[in-house]
Amino acid sequence: MILASTLTTNLAILVLAGFIGFVVISKVPNTLHTPLMSGTNAIHGIVLLGGLLLVGLPGLDGLSKALLVIAIAFGTINVVGGFLVTDRMLEMFKAKPKPQPAAQEETKDGEGDS
Amino acid sequence: MSNLPVATIFLQSESFIYVLYIVAFALFIQGLRGLAGPTTAVRGNRIAAVGMAIAVVATLLNPGEGNWGLIVLGVALGAAVGIPAARNVKMTAMPQMVALFNGVGGGAVALIAWVEFRHYGSTYGSHTVHLGRELGNGVVLQTGASIQVGGVPTYIAIFSVFAAIVGSVSFWGSNIAFGKLQEIIPGRPISFGSAQQIVNLVLLILVLAAGVDLVAGAHSQLLFIGMLVCAALLGNAVVLPIGGADMPVVISMLNAFTGLSAAATGMALNNPALIVAGMIVGASGSILTNLMAVAMNRSIPSIIAGGFGGDGAVAGAEGAGEHAGTVRSTSAADAAIQLAYANRVVIVPGYGMAVAQAQHAVRELTKELEKRQVEVSYAIHPVAGRMPGHMNVLLAEADVPYDQLREMDDANPEFQRTDVSLVIGANDVTNPAAKTNPASPIFGMPILEVADSHSVIVIKRSMNPGFAGIENELYFDPKTSMLFGDAKSAVSEITAELALL
Repeated sequence: MILASTLTTNLAILVLAGFIGFVVISKVPNTLHTPLMSGTNAIHGIVLLGGLLLVGLPGLDGLSKALLVIAIAFGTINVVGGFLVTDRMLEMFKAKPKPQPAAQEETKDGEGDS
Repeated sequence: MSNLPVATIFLQSESFIYVLYIVAFALFIQGLRGLAGPTTAVRGNRIAAVGMAIAVVATLLNPGEGNWGLIVLGVALGAAVGIPAARNVKMTAMPQMVALFNGVGGGAVALIAWVEFRHYGSTYGSHTVHLGRELGNGVVLQTGASIQVGGVPTYIAIFSVFAAIVGSVSFWGSNIAFGKLQEIIPGRPISFGSAQQIVNLVLLILVLAAGVDLVAGAHSQLLFIGMLVCAALLGNAVVLPIGGADMPVVISMLNAFTGLSAAATGMALNNPALIVAGMIVGASGSILTNLMAVAMNRSIPSIIAGGFGGDGAVAGAEGAGEHAGTVRSTSAADAAIQLAYANRVVIVPGYGMAVAQAQHAVRELTKELEKRQVEVSYAIHPVAGRMPGHMNVLLAEADVPYDQLREMDDANPEFQRTDVSLVIGANDVTNPAAKTNPASPIFGMPILEVADSHSVIVIKRSMNPGFAGIENELYFDPKTSMLFGDAKSAVSEITAELALL
């Protein structure tokens, strides 16, 4: 019974998460699709947790340990690289709205002066 | 356990760790909500990153945690590779970077599933301990496990095997996509021709058969490895035949795959953070895949089947026969004059702009035109480039104001009152055949209706058809003039000529 309830609880979480994903992601405009993709890409790096959980198991042999170190390294690349690269991209988008009106005014002023 | 300080017992308690996971996935969702607008997006991404940090900390609090040396080693290796790669990658190389990060995620999933199998698979049928308990939080569940025939509940084996298959497909598929985008592997479709479908089908059947066998209790390590290898071959076989122009769909799809496999890992490990995060990514990847496929008027199965390259080549040959040379070539000086006397110019960027890294040159040209009171905007097709939103990122890098970027539906009605459309390295997304020629393989695909504008200047390296191999009727339109050359140098030349006017 308890096993069944673990399964059903997790299935409920799975289904609800799917719906939340659809709702949240549908609002993202085309312009931000690349950062969205690399951001969600970073989030699935959460498989890192799987590696961290398994590496604590007693009685792992050498191959399992080696596989897990690679898995943890892969997961870390995915997470750290993904978030960093998304941040770099988004900084470029964020910079736009503010400097742009200022820059336009500057060029207008500059033209006026010359 | 009994001599541990109370605080430690609390921190390592199942409920506390679970609450941290809930906080983590709430932050993921909140972070993704932030991605809906350019001003909130940076913060959104950082919120998600904080969520990830919390999830990692929660996992490390787990009382079963050990082998700290291995953890440090793995994380250090990953950081040493990931951080410099993310810092130094050029914006034009973003699609391959995303493909690579996606691939390693899939690889991690597959490796984790393999270790799960190495650890638990061999004890199927003799072990009565539930996986979730052993991984979990020191609480001994009086589970119904003893009435299970196998030690590990069947559903856990199913999710674990599913994660192994999909993770492996995603890892190899992403690596091939990376190779194609990085031009290590030719971008043109590579396939076994008509045998391709059969090869894919056979591989799929082999993978599924092995998977079912393993879930049913086959204890063979060799079978598991064989399944991983077949899944790897399948990943290669599916992505190799897909042409470069279909990459936005492929990358989105592989992203969804890795997400779903992460969610399956979460089901197998009874970890809510993994389930939620993986599933959200699966959902977002699926949405993007679908959007991209709609933007190309193609079904996802037909893209995966990889028939496009072949069809295109045939249609291209026919097209070439229909229009024997009425192409008008122009010079940078003439193009500059045309642009300078326009009231309204729309720039249509495509993959050619990315390849030539011409985005900064394009921005300079825009500035020069704006000085002359020419109204400039950018019309961006959803599948321009090699990943969703690729052009937007490049233009953002070059400081193009966000409000000058027009999505296809907003841009199309405005072409009729546009004096000059400047097409820079875009091809199929401007091809009027998609509207007018039912025989064309891209018939029905939504396009940027560049041909509606008063005149068109196309910057292109040569008359070679694009990735799809389809002749573009736009180039033979009397309104169109072609400026042959590398996008960056051609645009720079126009800018220089403009400055002289």
